[in-house]
Amino acid sequence: MTGPRWTTGVEAAAIRARYPAAFEGTRERIAAAAIVATMLALAGLAVWRLDVSFARLGTGLVQIAAIVGGMFPPTPGTHLAVFMHALGETLAIAFLGTLTGALIALPLGLLAAKTIVPNVFAHFAVRRVLDTIRGVDVLIWALIFINVVGLGPFAGILAIAASDTGSFGKLFSEAIENADRKPVDGVLSTGGSALHAIRWGLVPQVVPVIASQILYYFESNTRSATIIGIVGAGGIGLHLAEQIRVLEWGQVAFLVLLILVTVAIIDLVSSRLRFAIIGRSTVEVG
Amino acid sequence: MTANALRLPPEQAAHLLGHYRAGVAAKRRRLVLGMVVLAIAVVLAGIGGEVDIPKFLANSHRLPAYVWNLAPPLSWANLGNDIAEWFWNFDGWLLLLGDTLLIAYLGTLLGVGGAFVLCFAASANLERRPWIRFVARRLLEFCRTVPELVFALLFVMAFGLGALPGFLALAIHTMGALGKLFAEVVENIDMKPVEGTIAAGAGRLVSIRFAVLPQVLSNFASYALLRFEINVRSAAVMGFVGAGGIGSDLMVAIRKFYYTDVSAMLIMIIATVMVIDLLTEQLRHRLIGLGDRT
Repeated sequence: MTGPRWTTGVEAAAIRARYPAAFEGTRERIAAAAIVATMLALAGLAVWRLDVSFARLGTGLVQIAAIVGGMFPPTPGTHLAVFMHALGETLAIAFLGTLTGALIALPLGLLAAKTIVPNVFAHFAVRRVLDTIRGVDVLIWALIFINVVGLGPFAGILAIAASDTGSFGKLFSEAIENADRKPVDGVLSTGGSALHAIRWGLVPQVVPVIASQILYYFESNTRSATIIGIVGAGGIGLHLAEQIRVLEWGQVAFLVLLILVTVAIIDLVSSRLRFAIIGRSTVEVG
Repeated sequence: MTANALRLPPEQAAHLLGHYRAGVAAKRRRLVLGMVVLAIAVVLAGIGGEVDIPKFLANSHRLPAYVWNLAPPLSWANLGNDIAEWFWNFDGWLLLLGDTLLIAYLGTLLGVGGAFVLCFAASANLERRPWIRFVARRLLEFCRTVPELVFALLFVMAFGLGALPGFLALAIHTMGALGKLFAEVVENIDMKPVEGTIAAGAGRLVSIRFAVLPQVLSNFASYALLRFEINVRSAAVMGFVGAGGIGSDLMVAIRKFYYTDVSAMLIMIIATVMVIDLLTEQLRHRLIGLGDRT
């Protein structure tokens, strides 16, 4: 049993000479240390500025333990019918919001595509508008639409439609720009009109991509639709916020489970549909 | 005429044409069926979502009016003062925006830490015990599927109002989302360096440090920066449930119809988000370039 054999000084020098890259790089080490130090300093600033006290953290954790304890068993209480209705409402909000957003975004996407509208200023302007729409969170849209159409699911539909218009406009324009010119040229060369070229050259390429993006956003909007109720725009979020405020933890747990199961089912169905539409290749969305 | 152009025996042409027509008809039938299903779903969702088109049309003039009201009264002669009036609370909002950024930062940092610890347990090539992998993956899945605002609501009840529940909620969501991505990165590494370190007698931690980390670190950092961008947006609305940042002021302004305040804050938020996006994009490109060089 021989222990590990230590390299002698001569050997070490030889190794050092042969693999300089592995032993040098002090500059990179200092840079890495500086980055870590900056990050820690920033975290320290955040802890100080946000007034994070460890006493509060401790008492809060005790509370969390009590809350989690209260969550078992999850129970709908006497509100099962109300909750299921709210769940349906949530799905309706996600579905109609996505669809409306896609319909509004389609002409905007055409306008924002360089290959369709060669005018630089036109597509620049449309793109900046889409960026601005996208920069506003869906919850802010929900609050704004509550001011316009009042509390309820309709405000939620409009909020999701508005925020999706921004994302879809960008994605659709990219899908249209990425379309291959050759089928279009082919249709034109056999005597087709511009309309024919769009119908037979462009649409078959673009529609599957757009359809899969819409489905993908329907998935993600189902999640958004569960929370916009928290600010009063319809759906299951309203009940969730209410049950949390009245400390009915069993019902909170039931609602969270309901949301998780629904989201999982929607994910499954929509990814099946997406694969059916575009074939089992990886899709670049978002 | 068509038959002549095809130059096929008539019966064969008819046969092929019949096939073509049947194919087109089947496609049409599928399309019509899909449209019918879609129409039914729209009607059902419309009923469920309490869509009231007449009411919407009757009130639809309010949206342009609302947007119009968001614009502050600016006059060319008095532009400086008007803008100062519009952003009357600029310093206060800037401070709140700073807090929002810090919430996003702290949430991202903690979330990255959690994801880093868990990702090795969730990746198939480094964790041979299936039950540990299963537990780690389900935990990450739970953390990313429950919306962060729900965590924020719960934490506000437990920790009280303030930034603390906000960044904790972000941290948990970030951990779930990044843990999955990190595990995928780890599963795609070249296993030869790992085998090399193990052959040289390294334990699990040492082999992760010297064989795995150099391969994954730049990707981890890039994903973390991307998540920071997303978290800045989320942190801006955390205040809606009382979890710190500029959100609570924004909500009050929207609810009380302080139009110009709303537009001022929205402009500041959008500008901040754009600046952060640009900065992190630069950083990420440099990181990926750096990863290629070493």
